[in-house]
Amino acid sequence: MISALTGHYHRNPTVMLWLMVGLFSSILLPWYGIEDGFFDLEWIIDGYPLDSDFAPLFFLLGQGEKLWLTPLIMPFFFAFFALTLPQRSSAFSWALIIGGGLGLIWMCGQGLSIGIRGWQIASLQELFGPLDERQFGMGYGAILYFASCLFLFSTGLAEQRGTMGDKFIIGMICFVVMLVGIFVFYPIIKLIILAFIDEQNAYSLSLFWEKISDSRIWSLGCVFAERRCGVAWNTVFMATIVGFLTTTLGLVFALLVTRTNLRYRRIFRAISIIPLITPPFVIGLAIILLFGLSGVVSTTISDIFGLTPTRWVYGLPGIVIAQTLAYTPIAFLVLIGVVESVSPSLEEAGLTLRANPSQVFQTVSLPLIRPGLANAFLLGFIESMADFGNPLVLGGNYDVLSTEIFFAIVGAQYDQGRAAVLALVLLSFTLAAFYIQRFWLGRKSYTTITGKGDSGYNMKLPPLLSRTVIFVGSSWAFFTIVIYSIIVYGSFVEMWGLDNSLTFKHYITAFSVSIEENGIQWTGSAWNSFSTTFMIAAIAAPLTAAIGLVTAYLLTRHNFRGKNAFEFGTMLSFAIPGTVIGVSYILAFNVPPIEITGTGIILIVSFVFRNMPVGVRSGVAAMSQIDKSLDESSLTLGAGSFHTFTKIVLPLLRPAILAALVFSFVRSMTAISAVIFLVSAEYDMATSYIIGRVENNDYGLAIAYSTTLIFLMLLVIILLQIMVGKTVTNRRQAGTETQGGLNVT
Amino acid sequence: MKLLLKFAVAGALVAGSTVAQAADKLTFYCSAQEDWCQLMTKEFSAATGIKVNMTRKSSGETFAQIKAESSNPKGDIWWGGTGDPHLQAAEEGLTMAYKSSMRSELQDWALRQAESANDKTIGIYSGALGYGYNEDLLKKNNLSVPACWKDLLKPEYKGHVQMANPNSSGTAYTTLATMVQLFGEDQGFEFMRGLNKNINQYTKSGSAPIKSAAKGENTIGIVFMHDAVKQAVSGFPIKVVAPCEGTGYEIGSMSIIEGARNPDSAKKFYDWALSAAAQSLALQVKAYQVPSNNGSKTSPSAPDLSSIKLIDYDFKKYGSSSERKRLLKKWDTEVYAQ
Repeated sequence: MISALTGHYHRNPTVMLWLMVGLFSSILLPWYGIEDGFFDLEWIIDGYPLDSDFAPLFFLLGQGEKLWLTPLIMPFFFAFFALTLPQRSSAFSWALIIGGGLGLIWMCGQGLSIGIRGWQIASLQELFGPLDERQFGMGYGAILYFASCLFLFSTGLAEQRGTMGDKFIIGMICFVVMLVGIFVFYPIIKLIILAFIDEQNAYSLSLFWEKISDSRIWSLGCVFAERRCGVAWNTVFMATIVGFLTTTLGLVFALLVTRTNLRYRRIFRAISIIPLITPPFVIGLAIILLFGLSGVVSTTISDIFGLTPTRWVYGLPGIVIAQTLAYTPIAFLVLIGVVESVSPSLEEAGLTLRANPSQVFQTVSLPLIRPGLANAFLLGFIESMADFGNPLVLGGNYDVLSTEIFFAIVGAQYDQGRAAVLALVLLSFTLAAFYIQRFWLGRKSYTTITGKGDSGYNMKLPPLLSRTVIFVGSSWAFFTIVIYSIIVYGSFVEMWGLDNSLTFKHYITAFSVSIEENGIQWTGSAWNSFSTTFMIAAIAAPLTAAIGLVTAYLLTRHNFRGKNAFEFGTMLSFAIPGTVIGVSYILAFNVPPIEITGTGIILIVSFVFRNMPVGVRSGVAAMSQIDKSLDESSLTLGAGSFHTFTKIVLPLLRPAILAALVFSFVRSMTAISAVIFLVSAEYDMATSYIIGRVENNDYGLAIAYSTTLIFLMLLVIILLQIMVGKTVTNRRQAGTETQGGLNVT
Repeated sequence: MKLLLKFAVAGALVAGSTVAQAADKLTFYCSAQEDWCQLMTKEFSAATGIKVNMTRKSSGETFAQIKAESSNPKGDIWWGGTGDPHLQAAEEGLTMAYKSSMRSELQDWALRQAESANDKTIGIYSGALGYGYNEDLLKKNNLSVPACWKDLLKPEYKGHVQMANPNSSGTAYTTLATMVQLFGEDQGFEFMRGLNKNINQYTKSGSAPIKSAAKGENTIGIVFMHDAVKQAVSGFPIKVVAPCEGTGYEIGSMSIIEGARNPDSAKKFYDWALSAAAQSLALQVKAYQVPSNNGSKTSPSAPDLSSIKLIDYDFKKYGSSSERKRLLKKWDTEVYAQ
């Protein structure tokens, strides 16, 4: 059949391929989603292909069902028509663009307007009258059909640009745009719409205004009177303090590791990484066990000095301590890269010109670090705003936006509209910070690995500064160690504060295994959520890395119209707090056309698109560090572009791949704010299980589970490091290691 | 094409050989404590052979989920959690009416709950509001032992009392509604304003005040008495108080979700959960609520509702969303913002 066609028509393999995919999906695969799950194959023997639940597109139409799908045949005619036209003609490309575009638009239009209860939009109902038929979410057939239209469309676009058009590149751009559109923008738009809807389901601007101008959000009562401040200001104030503290401590650590002669300074690097792989709540719990009303430190101090212990830690102080512990590593990882990339030759030049070390530090090194400082500050600021776990445990009466959003939805008021409004406020804050970061600091060349030599060692710190840095760094490191000792100890204590005898009880409850006749029984109560979490994280991590690197490749090596918007779109989800993602995903993906709530897929999707910006950033950072002349020389020497990519670019990208894998894996294991809305009976995640334990005063089990997770993540990171390997360059070793962590710029 | 055909055939063969007999299923939303939910799941599966998928979330979270899923319900039955969200769900048509054959065995208050929701929900347990205090901390701070609601207004308790925020917790909303019914609206709010002076924190979750009292992070926590009893039985130095003026109560409820995919399994669960045997399971997990089936076993540690002065709590009025919104708004401006 194919050869008959090609004999007659002009051969264009891409068009042929996607046309075949489109036909295959509409003739053979069930159009709608299968209720029993994506991977269930029961449909094959259960009425397929005629039963309307399982029928492919053509069978549906042939039986006169779901007739609104009829226009979806059009793209096939256009594609066949295109094949009769000479290639490189503008008619050929237009036929593909119109055909594919029609398919895409009609798919979206019908999917959004006809749902499980007939018409989704009231005005359509008035226009066409009530619809008896209904439709479920997209299935294999519809998904593949959609892809086929997308790539026919992108091929058309590529052909239009003549010899300049690269089908693969343009296809990839369209693909990424489509994914980001569906999984980042669409849910957010759904959420924004909700903010404008009143209880009668009508749009209302005045209600929106009333909600957004609420004094509970914007009141400045704590400044001018003895009243409470609005949550918005509370949040900004908290995030500013945390941003400042994490940046300072991050810089101290970065200088300590790279610019002092302190022995064992490598230990600091390890210590500073551990908070990154700590599940939420744990640090908060440890702080309560230390500084709470009955905490170890509080009671000791009050016994010695005869003071009455207070609840000072609940509120802003507690949140700030916990968040500073948790987010200093991020600042550290950003800053160590910057500190190390300060070119030694510049500092050497300063010294040669007879400036003393502290002059060089103040006039050469520090100014070069400055953009990094601003970057680290903004990251700490955004992370603090989006944090959910610490304010929940330690917040006291200090309300912040992330917890307010959560309780607006799950609390006794069930006010989704208020949640949407608060989410918008939070989103606009993080976006503003993000925008400043992107456009104020984003324009900078990062090219530091070139074919040329750049040897030498960075200058050490001037003595006084060095001592200060060592003192502050060591104190904070000591504090971190105390916190983690409490955590490990807490997992072995029978019942904290009541019965301090040591026990393995919590580990046994969570992870016991018994061997019975019919094999191993995983009897521990945590196994279910543990295996789900591990599986989901293990699937999400490579997907995140792949889509991140592809996007990074498009961004750094190709120029196309709308590139800035494209980049902004792919980075947007970094600025969206998890709570907002959770709520908007539930709103967007519980109903057709995309119906994935209650599955593992929604968890994977949320992780992939939440963490994608890190994959993109580390890929961009790595790729812009690789001088294009390396690619070019490889090409000039006769290697093909595929060969160049695999032998030259990919090996140099190893740190970026590792960064994306590690970050995505760790985030998927420790995320809570989005997850709490998306878990279901079958797919429960570790963090949501841990919250349940904390709620139940079961600290021992919660901490034991968290400790296990920490060790598991350490193990996985080490394994990944071995598997992916390191980039070997002739430069100082330290320069490559830093990219192994998180490298958001 | 040939290759594809081969794939399809192979796929069909594999599928045909692995498809098992489709068993009865039930998606169970549970709003009680985790171990109780797990026990219910396990015992129901064992009793009926129905495969149960259980998700545990607080009643507020579950309500939010059911509402979000309303156009495409995923859950079948919702068991546990305070009655208000169940009533609200009934009011919004998210749950469906069902008259169980087990009704004759139930206490009056369980049936009254069903009545006020047109049979869309039913009472499964109840618990009275009260407070608990940490004995050690009370002694350490030389505080007198409280016995009434009004005692909590004494200046000596400043910074020692904790309750949840009624905006986020059903327990705290019950407290607010109880005060309004017990003292009248003006006096009730006067009480809440006085209490506000002594409150050290409005927690988010309803039972958090007594949990932090158990851990020594707080002295007095206003909670449901069975939550306080649980901490005392677990060995923490907690004493439970049934306030002398009388008090309100909650009715933990159960509802079948409208549009459930497995309505028959849901009804089986409903009937089973109202049986004396199922309700007696509560004791195994230290849940000291009063069961709604007259024949269930109770614990001697559980608060005895018949010896507590209970007010005539108007669930219909104070569970309605308009009254709730009005009271919460009033509380926000007249109490919380002060």
